[in-house]
Amino acid sequence: MSVGGLKRQQRKVIWILLTPGLLTIFAFTTIPALTTLSYAFYNWTGFEKLGFAGLENFTKLMQYPFKDQLLNALRHNVLVFVGIYFLQTTLGLLIAYSLWRTVRGQRFFRTVTFLPVIFSLVVVGYIWQVLLDPYYGPINQIIGNLGFESLAKPWLGSTATALPTLVFINLWRWVGFPAIIFLSGLNSINQEFIEAARIDGAREGQILRKIIFPLLAPSMTIITILTFIGAFEWFDLPFVLGGSNGNPAGATDTLALMFYRLSFGTVDSGANNVGVGSALGVFIFLIVGLGAYFGSNIMRKREVEQ
Amino acid sequence: MIKVLASRTFFKGVLTFNAILVILPVFFLLNSSLREDSSFASNPFAFAKTPHWANFQTVWSDGAFAIYLKNSLIITGGALLLTLPLALGAGFVLGRYSFRGNGVIYGFILTGMLVPAKLAILPLFIQLKWMNLLDSHFGLILVYTSGALPAAIFIMSGFFKSLPSDLDNAARIDGASEFQLIRKVLIPLVKPGLAIVGIYSAIPIWNDFFLPLVFLQSPEKKTIMQGLTVFFGQYASQWGVLFAGLTLAALPLIVLYLILSEQFIKGLTAGAVKG
Repeated sequence: MSVGGLKRQQRKVIWILLTPGLLTIFAFTTIPALTTLSYAFYNWTGFEKLGFAGLENFTKLMQYPFKDQLLNALRHNVLVFVGIYFLQTTLGLLIAYSLWRTVRGQRFFRTVTFLPVIFSLVVVGYIWQVLLDPYYGPINQIIGNLGFESLAKPWLGSTATALPTLVFINLWRWVGFPAIIFLSGLNSINQEFIEAARIDGAREGQILRKIIFPLLAPSMTIITILTFIGAFEWFDLPFVLGGSNGNPAGATDTLALMFYRLSFGTVDSGANNVGVGSALGVFIFLIVGLGAYFGSNIMRKREVEQ
Repeated sequence: MIKVLASRTFFKGVLTFNAILVILPVFFLLNSSLREDSSFASNPFAFAKTPHWANFQTVWSDGAFAIYLKNSLIITGGALLLTLPLALGAGFVLGRYSFRGNGVIYGFILTGMLVPAKLAILPLFIQLKWMNLLDSHFGLILVYTSGALPAAIFIMSGFFKSLPSDLDNAARIDGASEFQLIRKVLIPLVKPGLAIVGIYSAIPIWNDFFLPLVFLQSPEKKTIMQGLTVFFGQYASQWGVLFAGLTLAALPLIVLYLILSEQFIKGLTAGAVKG
């Protein structure tokens, strides 16, 4: 076949193979993502668009009754990010390093470590709800049997412990993910560096600090960005265990739950507010987008080449 | 020597402790699904020596549960049936052809990976209503396909790029058309990639809770994860039945994971590590 014939055939192939996929993404991701911005600048009744509203929805969001909800939810998202980030990164790294240093049984332990990540958060939430049941739940029973009855609590039912408990359930479900990312980072480290350092008489702690940690920076960047996005879009687990109002008494409310309530109405009142909801959506999008952008820029600078 | 042994024991200890923390709740789930309700209060961890299969019968005869499962299979399967061929085709073109616009399209797909679907839910809701695709499995399949495609195309084009270009020319000289080249030469070579993309796309769809919550209203159309919330309210006091239901919802992925754990781990980390 001539070169021109091949080119012509290839152009046909490009059209046939590329357009269906691109059109699907365009219709169901690109268009909605772009229109979501415009929604925040209109007045709405139900799902009917009314007139142009300027910045009214944004100012409403910063006033009574939305302001208190917004600040409460935002504070929870920040706390959740800090808690999850600290716990999941340190424990994930510890597990990954332990896996890396273990030859016999590594496969088994790796399979187990990652197992909870395939579970649905609905299933995980309900398993833990039963485990943490204040009266019949095994956890309070174990605490009681060990002689610490006073420490047995309605973990998910009290405002003081509900959010930290959700963070721990999230830890159970997710810690395998940073562990596996760190493990693949550790596996990609050139062994010669470590051997050379050992021959030069470096101690394990020095090798860890001076060689391994710096070379894990790319894994750290990925984990930080994904944890940040996940924490500020946190929805499934608080919804399953605390409902759309973030029970008890708003103690587990998050930005995504508030966005859901504004968009589709609450259980007690069906009324929604698409305009203010979209303004909140833009707000969340800005936090996530800017945070991920600047975060990855700052963290990429710390990465070193092998 | 003692130090080496001590650190080895420490790492084994960390892993064993972690394994226990992971396995205990999973054991609790599976074991409780086979116990009678009456025995829970006295000893929540007692081993189900004589399996009480009646729990599963109760779940199954409830009728709604089987429908939820079927719906989830249809939606996850449907989304895969669309995602895999579309990602295969687009991945081939982007990975193996150099043409004008290749870079732009690549950038478009990368931004598609960054859009948080949750925040575009309102326009999507109104758009689906307008298209008459609200409360419809097909509508949900299209949304999931669109959400899964960017990462799927990205991973597939990576696999296509990694194959030597001599393959194409050899096949062309032998008189193969472009489609024959894809079907006979390249697809067999990118099969591992397809498995990874399949797992990467299927798990979040099977487990998803948010989109069905918003888009599906009819009880007979709900998915398994949505159905579980209904089910949990209904059987709140019957733990055995409850856990049988949770087990049925989780079991398909657990079994697949235990058979294909390597592919799962590669699949679920593929987007993160490549992206």
